[in-house]
Amino acid sequence: MSSILVYISTTGGKIKRSSLEVLSHSRAQAAKNGLELAAVVLDSNATSFTETLQKYGAKTIYTVSNPIFKSHLNAPVTQALLQIIDKAKPRVFACASTEGTKDVLGALAAKTGGATLPDVANFEVSADGVSALRPVMAAKILSQNNASGELILISVRSGSYDASESPVVSQTVDVEFSPADFPAVLREVISSAGDKVDLSEATVVVAAGRGIKDDEGKKLVEDLANALGAAIGASRAVVENGMFPATAQIGQTGKVVSPELYFAVGISGAVQHTAGMSNSKVIVAINKDGDAPIFQMSSYGLVGDLYKILPLLTEEIRKVKSA
Amino acid sequence: MKFTVCIKQVPDVYAPLQIKNGELSLDTDRMVLNAYDASAVEEALVLTEQHGGDVEVVLVGPDKAKETIRKALAMGAAKGHHIHVEDNHGLDSAAYAAILSAFFKMNATDIIATGKQSQDTDSGLAGAMIAAHLQVPYAANAVGLHIDGTDTLVVKRQGDTGQEMIALPVPCLVTCSNDMNNPRIPSLKGIMASKKKPVDVHTLEDLGLNLATVRGAVKTSTISYQEMPSREAGRKLEGDTEELVASLMNLLQNEAKVL
Repeated sequence: MSSILVYISTTGGKIKRSSLEVLSHSRAQAAKNGLELAAVVLDSNATSFTETLQKYGAKTIYTVSNPIFKSHLNAPVTQALLQIIDKAKPRVFACASTEGTKDVLGALAAKTGGATLPDVANFEVSADGVSALRPVMAAKILSQNNASGELILISVRSGSYDASESPVVSQTVDVEFSPADFPAVLREVISSAGDKVDLSEATVVVAAGRGIKDDEGKKLVEDLANALGAAIGASRAVVENGMFPATAQIGQTGKVVSPELYFAVGISGAVQHTAGMSNSKVIVAINKDGDAPIFQMSSYGLVGDLYKILPLLTEEIRKVKSA
Repeated sequence: MKFTVCIKQVPDVYAPLQIKNGELSLDTDRMVLNAYDASAVEEALVLTEQHGGDVEVVLVGPDKAKETIRKALAMGAAKGHHIHVEDNHGLDSAAYAAILSAFFKMNATDIIATGKQSQDTDSGLAGAMIAAHLQVPYAANAVGLHIDGTDTLVVKRQGDTGQEMIALPVPCLVTCSNDMNNPRIPSLKGIMASKKKPVDVHTLEDLGLNLATVRGAVKTSTISYQEMPSREAGRKLEGDTEELVASLMNLLQNEAKVL
């Protein structure tokens, strides 16, 4: 039976929420098309995820356990995924769009010859192939794209679907993997303070923009994030001026986030930024310019001075959290 | 060290645009050098200024795209390659990668650099595709580059958590983020000099290809375009700080129920 094979990304011993979203939608698409739902996970301890994947309906689970997957390097990931694709012979290979999968998708496409639609906002599988919507032209436009052929590869933007459980009886296939002798070498991974909470996985994000002008403002953002247990994000402007680390950048050239709750603090809402956060469920905007475009898309917009609003808001949230 | 930077001419995505009957129409036909590719050109120029070597650029596109090659030459690249494809409509990443791979098989280089994606489609596939076809190591989404010794390119790559330092032996390929630098604005002198710099024109046939085989490499198609659905604006609150915060807390707790 042919399948939809979902590549599951893990981080810090957990499956990424965005991968479970893709798995859940793929389950529905597989059922509609008489395909099996399969999953593949690469990790230093890949078998530890089978229980969760079973809950989300993966009928066949390919696990590849190897210490090389502790840190990201494209060559071993590509090698392992090619091995699994060759074994599983899926009709569709799907994954969440992350910096990790963006680094391998083109190579998988070239090596398998599969038709590839990256970074889609939705997708439908049919007998003819896959049709998908992709944001293009600086995320101002959606393009309707088709892919056909024996194998189709897609990556899906986070927040495009809800993750939902639907347990099945699964079989697990542990796959032997011998990493080749790769010419590229991972020398080190440089982590910054902002990496404590994985931004693209966070359920609450506090993002700072140009309205944050100094260390005092930065501290206010950090305090609010701490009170909420939120990850800190940033617009390109305050990453470029060095106030926030590059890892925190949200937008067309940065990360795509889709938390339950998003605070846009001193962010005007240029399309380059909103391209990375428009899938957030509830958006709170705080900006002193009442005409800022962010207010066109925010659930709750506060027109006022963030330097006055944030301390009080943080205090109120602390009260609620400690109650 | 020889750098060859793959560049693309793209529509100015920030110009006003409209959709008519599912077709995209731009109010101006202004075409620009893809911003990510401009960062790749800039970084190649900086590294060759430090370590010696040459920067060449290669572009697949119609006659009109020559102005984009000139832009890169005006920035300081020594030579351009124009793979002339007048009708590039409908070519996807796989097709561009097939053309550029054929070019590099006949025009060897040390380091292939390109933007991490093109501004119009944001696909981000072509770089890794070319590396896979050429069987060279690569890294995507570089935010910093340096050269180590005589034959290693060290890439600082923005990953999901943290930045990964990856050593690539040359020949290799790297795709660049626009966060790594601010591309130089060509000087008047640079613009004058660019007019005298060589641009080799290659046909698909020169590369052992033809338009039919290239079109055969196309695997995906764009059917139509539509407006991005906009989020509905919610409530805009104004007032003094105490009122604003009290209202927001009430809405987050009792309406959105997210606290």
